[in-house]
Amino acid sequence: MLLRAESVGKRFGGVAALEAVSLELEAGAVHAVIGPNGAGKTTLLNVLSGIYKPDSGFISFQDENLTGRAPHQFAQAGIGRTFQNLQVFFNMTVLENVMTGRWLHERCGLAMALLRFPALARAERACREAAAALLEMVGLARWAGSRADSIPYGALKRLEIARALAAEPRLLLLDEPAAGLNPTETREIDELIRRIAARGITVVLVEHNMKLVMGVAQHVVVLDYGRKLAEGEPAEVSRDPRVIEAYLGAEACSR
Amino acid sequence: MAAAPPSGFRKPPKPLLALAALIAALPLALTNNYTYEIAILVGLNAIVCVGLNLLIGFAGQISLGHAGFFGLGAYGSAILAARYGWPALLSLPVAVAAVGLLAWAIGRPILRLTGHALAMATLGLGIIVSIVLATEDRITGGPDGMAVPAFFVQGEKAWYWIVGATLLVAVWLAQNLIDSPRGRALRALHGSEVAAGALGIDAAAHKLSAFVISALFAATAGALSAHYSGFITPAKASFLHSVELVTMVVFGGMASTFGAVVGAAVLTTLPQFLTVFKEYEMVLLGAVMMLTMIFMPRGLVPTLERALAAARRIGR
Repeated sequence: MLLRAESVGKRFGGVAALEAVSLELEAGAVHAVIGPNGAGKTTLLNVLSGIYKPDSGFISFQDENLTGRAPHQFAQAGIGRTFQNLQVFFNMTVLENVMTGRWLHERCGLAMALLRFPALARAERACREAAAALLEMVGLARWAGSRADSIPYGALKRLEIARALAAEPRLLLLDEPAAGLNPTETREIDELIRRIAARGITVVLVEHNMKLVMGVAQHVVVLDYGRKLAEGEPAEVSRDPRVIEAYLGAEACSR
Repeated sequence: MAAAPPSGFRKPPKPLLALAALIAALPLALTNNYTYEIAILVGLNAIVCVGLNLLIGFAGQISLGHAGFFGLGAYGSAILAARYGWPALLSLPVAVAAVGLLAWAIGRPILRLTGHALAMATLGLGIIVSIVLATEDRITGGPDGMAVPAFFVQGEKAWYWIVGATLLVAVWLAQNLIDSPRGRALRALHGSEVAAGALGIDAAAHKLSAFVISALFAATAGALSAHYSGFITPAKASFLHSVELVTMVVFGGMASTFGAVVGAAVLTTLPQFLTVFKEYEMVLLGAVMMLTMIFMPRGLVPTLERALAAARRIGR
């Protein structure tokens, strides 16, 4: 098992955002987390990437207990992620954003940096090439030298994916990668997720677009009010009466 | 084989050489000891600002107590040399290293916190330092200050070259750091700390290294200034001096090493010509800070760079 979360709970004030959620994620698959708004999907991703420390339960990744560690330690363990509300480095170029993603693979001590060791220039060239290759993969090569704040929204979404891939994670958490995208862009994301999975990277996808989820995921977890409502194969989950009720109920309320 | 994509938009060509040329050529314009003295003051403040810019412009942290490190470097080296008879060449690095250790000890717990914790802590530290310097008069000479043994060299011209060379080294070190992967990590923290964390960048460790480096630069400038002027008072460690330093960085341009140098140059030179306003120095600083924030929040050098780039685009 690549990742194991056991009865994870997280409260904000009096509200239980997650309650006794247990998960087992197998390596090499695309897992999806779905659920109505406020079901706790993003909270779950934040717990799985160390941004929130759970109030109860524990998380282990490749049999290493990560509970209570800092976000950068989750990244060191091999968990990468993107963000629903974009967290692009707008003070850099597109290429530099992806180069920053290589941080864990760069050996750059303080003395090495301050004194500009020649080895650094070689490493920098390799880093630049790796980043350029990733931009090619996500289709952003032509924007490599542009400032990140000058490219379109859909491109920023893919930039975040390229940056996360640069860290060579074993597990990649994608928080609504298709939100706000048009159908063409969504198809590109769909295809990109398949290519990431084909590289052997396990993916956790939080997404509202059911067509995307049902097409690309092998395993679906449904959250509702912070609890795990159901899980299984996409076809199986979409027939589950509890899931249908949760979604219809939520939609009925919002109308 | 794909061509290497353009590297970045913020790298002016060979600015370090330009600065070296400027420092080498400037004596042609310096006609008397007084102008040399101003140039030396500019250099000393620029050394502090180049370091402080790493902290403010790149690590995104404010320090309101860097004059404290400046003062500790100055008094540390002065006391070792005057009271214990150490040669200045030894007292200076020892004092600077001690200040670095102190900054590390203070920064380590504080930089784990987010927000303006560092600003408050350094504000407190700066005030404590200036009070201690003023009251421990048996060691420091109190508010009247103390005499400092001279360096192995004397005279304005020699000091000009010492300070100029130190400034060049400081700029070289700072630029090296910024151009390295560590510099990118620092800029990432400024861009989005949460995204930087998700890429494995340890925010606290990087902020701490920027803080310690900036303290080392300030202490170096402080110790040099003590041996240069031969006499120091606690005013060098005052809150007012801390605010002056921050204003220089913000005015010159955050996240721009050469902006920090320009900011130090302008705001050190200006008051020398406006001696009539001496009593209103604080007001002047406040006004500069406010006007900078309103009319060019990026600071002087980055604003000019952008204007130049825009003018070139139109000219094409």
